[in-house]
Amino acid sequence: MRGEVQKIYNRSVKGIIFFAIIVFLIPILIPSTYVTSTLIMIGLYTLICTGLTMLMGYAGQISLGHAAFYGIGAYASSFITVKLGYPGIVGILVGTLFAVLIAYIVGIPTLKLTGHYLALATLGFGVIVFILFKQLKSVTGGLEGVSGIPSLNLFGYEFDTDFKYYYLIWILALLGILLARNVIQSRVGRALRSIHGSEIASDAIGVDIRKYKLQVFIMSAMYASIAGSIYAHYISFINPMLFDPTTSINFLIMSVVGGSGTIWGGLVGSLLFVLLGEVLKEVMPLLFTQASDQVQIVFFGILLVILLIYMPQGLAPGFEKLWNGMIRRMRGRDNDSYKKTVTEGDQREKKEIPAQAAGGGQ
Amino acid sequence: MEHLSQFVQLIFSGLTIGSIYALIAIGFVITYNITGVLNFAQGEFAMLGAMICISMVSLGLSKILAVWISVLFVFIIGALFERVTIYPARHSSVPTLIIITIGVSIALRGIALLIWGTEPRSLSPFTEGGALNILGAVIQPQSLWAIGVSFLSLLLMYLFFEKTFTGKAVTACVINGFASRLMGIQPEKMSLISISISAALGAVGGIIIAPISGASYNMGLMLGMKAFIAAVIGGLSNAPAAIAGAMIIGILESFTEGLWTSGYKDAISFAVLLLVLFFLPNGIFAKISGKRV
Repeated sequence: MRGEVQKIYNRSVKGIIFFAIIVFLIPILIPSTYVTSTLIMIGLYTLICTGLTMLMGYAGQISLGHAAFYGIGAYASSFITVKLGYPGIVGILVGTLFAVLIAYIVGIPTLKLTGHYLALATLGFGVIVFILFKQLKSVTGGLEGVSGIPSLNLFGYEFDTDFKYYYLIWILALLGILLARNVIQSRVGRALRSIHGSEIASDAIGVDIRKYKLQVFIMSAMYASIAGSIYAHYISFINPMLFDPTTSINFLIMSVVGGSGTIWGGLVGSLLFVLLGEVLKEVMPLLFTQASDQVQIVFFGILLVILLIYMPQGLAPGFEKLWNGMIRRMRGRDNDSYKKTVTEGDQREKKEIPAQAAGGGQ
Repeated sequence: MEHLSQFVQLIFSGLTIGSIYALIAIGFVITYNITGVLNFAQGEFAMLGAMICISMVSLGLSKILAVWISVLFVFIIGALFERVTIYPARHSSVPTLIIITIGVSIALRGIALLIWGTEPRSLSPFTEGGALNILGAVIQPQSLWAIGVSFLSLLLMYLFFEKTFTGKAVTACVINGFASRLMGIQPEKMSLISISISAALGAVGGIIIAPISGASYNMGLMLGMKAFIAAVIGGLSNAPAAIAGAMIIGILESFTEGLWTSGYKDAISFAVLLLVLFFLPNGIFAKISGKRV
């Protein structure tokens, strides 16, 4: 039993390290602005969707309003830098603080709801914030949006190329994944999984379900807000349409398609979403001479439905199985070197949940 | 007197839009109670109904025939939708089901874009004739048509559910799916019937709104969301309450637009949704019961 747990624990560390190396090498091996800018978007979405994955897969809470937090980060950054003239880091911090505050206020009544009701309430929250972005013209510039957002300057280091943004965003995304992994494999993570299993049972055995659900909601809001701030600095122009309800729905789609039961779900979903969009943009004009954009939308909708009917757990568990199989084949029978990363306390705590850590939150 | 006429005007436009929300909201309620799915593609059925009807009319068909054909068409699309997506995924989790219906709505919107393009289209009113003057308020005849047709459709629904055997079987599934199965009713079949009917109702809603506010490929999203709100504030398990909810939302919107600004119209509706969800999660008309979500 203990060996099993350690294997799972260790494998995910290996995965992250392996992945970090790939991420680090890509722009050096493929120096193309197109690739870099595409990967920047994937990184941003990964950050947001990792937060959403935790909220959904581990706490069992759906959110159809995360574009609101994404937008709050972006607008806070634009307001602080363009209108008030403070440096970008202040914008990111204010945005995060603001997102935390709003998530706290909105979360308390919202997270009492479950299932479809929760989905509707978060959708309502998203729509209201979207309308406020459009209407509060003195802060957000209304439909015209805000332009001329300066590039980010962190401690005297100017982020003035796509290349630099790439590393900034992917470092944040990796930290996000790492943090999510640590939370999930801690006491809190077990509490969350038990909430996902049964709220009533968790409540009965003394898990403070409200506190944990609220904490994860706030954490996922922070992820989205930070991504929003960086997006604003990177793209230098924002308007409300970037944060409309459809964007929230897209985030949800990415998380579910990727697989909300694993920490890799957000990454796999974002990767697929953006890459598929790019591939379809290339392929569709060849197949359909007219109206290829439209065909792309239809195709995407149909693919989504098929994918979810046949793989309701999402894609990440499949990839994980593949990766684990690869590792196993490479290592053969060598099992002893796994043991050193796990501390004594953790071993005791994690005894009873090996299957779930590997296979997802269901 | 001027206040009165403005009041009547706003009430009428509220009831017009409210009756359209009601048609779509009833579809939500029926679908939700039988399949447990909150169908995000419901608004798209309204869009399809309107678009198909407009195309038929422009092909030279008489308006009455066009309406019947398009409603039938959407009824069939609804049945296909149920068999192809809801039925195979009926045991999935809530987020998965939500995203499946969102996927369908994306696909339907895309298909509509492909067929009809982005240009908004319009349908001429059902009857010719100038505006009516009621208590100083100017009422378009189409408003009366909208209210009348919705009322008639809802009456037909009532008769179907209360007086026919199939209707009663569907109602039985709404009340207790397990018990109905024991009595020899197939919930799967009822799910097919209920979603097709919901689609047809949505189509009727789309067709009657087409002469008032036009039709375009993306009209379904907002219509669907408003109908959601209506269904939820009425209480998702109660059809008459959903109609009342739709009227409340319609009137609230027309008053916000008439007395304040149209910019916050949608925000007000969603704020009401949140308030109802937080404080009266069973809907404003629900009796206090032990079950609280």
